[in-house]
Amino acid sequence: MSAQTAPRPHRLRAIARFREAGISIFILILGALVALRAPAFLTMTNFKDILLNISILSIVALAQAMVIITHGIDLSVSSMIGLVAMMVAFVMKQSPEFPVITVVLLGMALGAALGALNGVVISYGKVPPIIATLGTLSIYRGMVFFYSQGTWINSFELPRSFKLLSKGTPLGLPNMVIIALVFAALVYFFLNYTRTGRDIYAVGSNPEAAQMAGIRRQRVVFLVYLLSGLASGLAAVLWASRFESAQTNTALGFELQTVAAAVVGGVSISGGVGTVPGVLLGALLLGLIENALPLVRISPFWQLAAQGLLILIAVVVDNLIARSAKGK
Amino acid sequence: MTVPSSAEGDTLSKSLINAAAPPRTFLARFQRWEWMLVGLIVIVVALNTALSPYFLDAQNLSRTSSDFMEMGIMMLAMVFIIITGGIDLSVASNLGMCASFMGWLFMAGVDIWIAALAALALGTFAGFVNGTLVARMKLPPLVVTLGTYAFYRGVAYVLLGDQAARGYPEAFTYIGQGKLLGTLLPFSVALFGVLAVVFGLVLHKTTFGRYLFAIGNNENASVYSGVPVARIKVIIFTVSGFMAALAGLVLAARFGSTRPDIGNGLELSVITAAVLGGVDINGGAGTMSGAVLSLFLIGLLRFGMGLLNIQGQVQGVVIGLLLILSILLPNVAHTFSGSGRKLQRHSLWAIIAFVVVFIAFVAFFFWSREAVLIK
Repeated sequence: MSAQTAPRPHRLRAIARFREAGISIFILILGALVALRAPAFLTMTNFKDILLNISILSIVALAQAMVIITHGIDLSVSSMIGLVAMMVAFVMKQSPEFPVITVVLLGMALGAALGALNGVVISYGKVPPIIATLGTLSIYRGMVFFYSQGTWINSFELPRSFKLLSKGTPLGLPNMVIIALVFAALVYFFLNYTRTGRDIYAVGSNPEAAQMAGIRRQRVVFLVYLLSGLASGLAAVLWASRFESAQTNTALGFELQTVAAAVVGGVSISGGVGTVPGVLLGALLLGLIENALPLVRISPFWQLAAQGLLILIAVVVDNLIARSAKGK
Repeated sequence: MTVPSSAEGDTLSKSLINAAAPPRTFLARFQRWEWMLVGLIVIVVALNTALSPYFLDAQNLSRTSSDFMEMGIMMLAMVFIIITGGIDLSVASNLGMCASFMGWLFMAGVDIWIAALAALALGTFAGFVNGTLVARMKLPPLVVTLGTYAFYRGVAYVLLGDQAARGYPEAFTYIGQGKLLGTLLPFSVALFGVLAVVFGLVLHKTTFGRYLFAIGNNENASVYSGVPVARIKVIIFTVSGFMAALAGLVLAARFGSTRPDIGNGLELSVITAAVLGGVDINGGAGTMSGAVLSLFLIGLLRFGMGLLNIQGQVQGVVIGLLLILSILLPNVAHTFSGSGRKLQRHSLWAIIAFVVVFIAFVAFFFWSREAVLIK
């Protein structure tokens, strides 16, 4: 909110680089500690588990990062996932013979439509992002209840091909992990090597200058919310496939995790700064903690507190580095 | 309402933009906004009275008004914070932590009143932590309170796990369930009323209140004018923590038990009430009376929809729409009336494309739903 107290962008960029190294070291140390106490941690099955767990998170966190880079926020991702997952599951129940790829595209289209609504309201309607997506967070979640009338779709109502979409391993790794990796690669290319991708950073670091430089600010802002919806739609299909169900509370509260992964991964909430590897490492760290707590026999009730603490540590460390870089 | 911009970068330039913006012609003045809220309340009451014979019932209204007092108690402090341009996402988690702490102490054999005092102290300290991180370390309130949102709720789960604390004595549950002697007025409503008057007076009649608006309008200028910005921020976040703890006590007393997920998601309702009441999310503008009116509007709307058997989650659609439209409509009206800008051809196509997408989505929504549900 109070952007003027944030450090200048170039210093933040240094932090982002430091951040990737910092988290990597932190992940290694944490991994080593967990491995010492629980040898089961260092197994292929467990690694595969972690990767499966963070695939969906990575996809949505990357989209969330793009939104945050424009100095916005999308709190509605969890409700978009819940709504699209339910709609897709309904379609699958109704017509199980549908090719899975069409269902994936359908999910992305539905998500993109929901994201476009956010985008229009925020960029052209000039409603502050936090208010607009707070509103659609409850609107989309309410629509899930209205849509399904409180019922849910169970595993036996979904075709086998759909369930295999996330878990099948024709290429060695589970499909879901590959989809997440491809998605990350696309976002990396988009953010670094396309003009629109660079515009996203420009809009976030200095909206007025971007406007003067001829960047269509509203269009860029609209686009990131559309992409956030699209990514949520993809995540929704994977979610329904992985957990073999769609419930009214699917992904409830997930928006926090996506923001956490982005922020822990070095995306600055004041806009203009953030990298794809950073966000992936942030998601990995969250996934690691989730995975490690039960292994080292810490009550899973600590997980939420640990996540919160991690966000606080991340921002405080950023701040201290920014201050020392300033030479205070 | 000042012009809220989607991607606000710099407060200084923001205030320049706001200063340059012409006054609105439609829904412009906050005084008018409050009358608008009064009008909406009248409409809601009239509609509900026509639709349900149970709406205008003193017993029912008395019970339902106590249902959103926890929200109201937290909203009072939230108005202060939002007016300075900040936000506190951690209030509901803080509420959960404090209520759980009290329950945990009570189950361990501590006297309920001592446990309640300890919970108030914990909540106040939690608010102080928020304030210190925001004001002294100069961190964005959104991230700080997002972190403590997870952390405080996490502590609630660590304290109670999957257990529930229950068996509170009747003297304590009076806070949430009791009515003032010989009247239908619930104690929690009376408590909220007193607090609302105090907070309203502080906001609109004291130097402290003027400082809050000054910080929200231009923080840098406030610093250079000698406003103790950091100290004020610490104070309002601390007050917010105290109010969250107080709301936790009221809610635990109303339920007669505490589970660690108590009050989950309430922060969004609290922010919705404040913003719908005309408090500018970018800071610098808002009134306490507007916020209180919108609290009652939301409460009565939810009560009426509940009487019509509309599920709580579906009610959220109406509240969410109201929140967005309250800001969107004045903005759209401003764009089309104020500047007199002509619609360009490409934006016309964009609008048509969007409308087509919207209609396609709605059509698919109902079509795919009927296909399964009717069977």
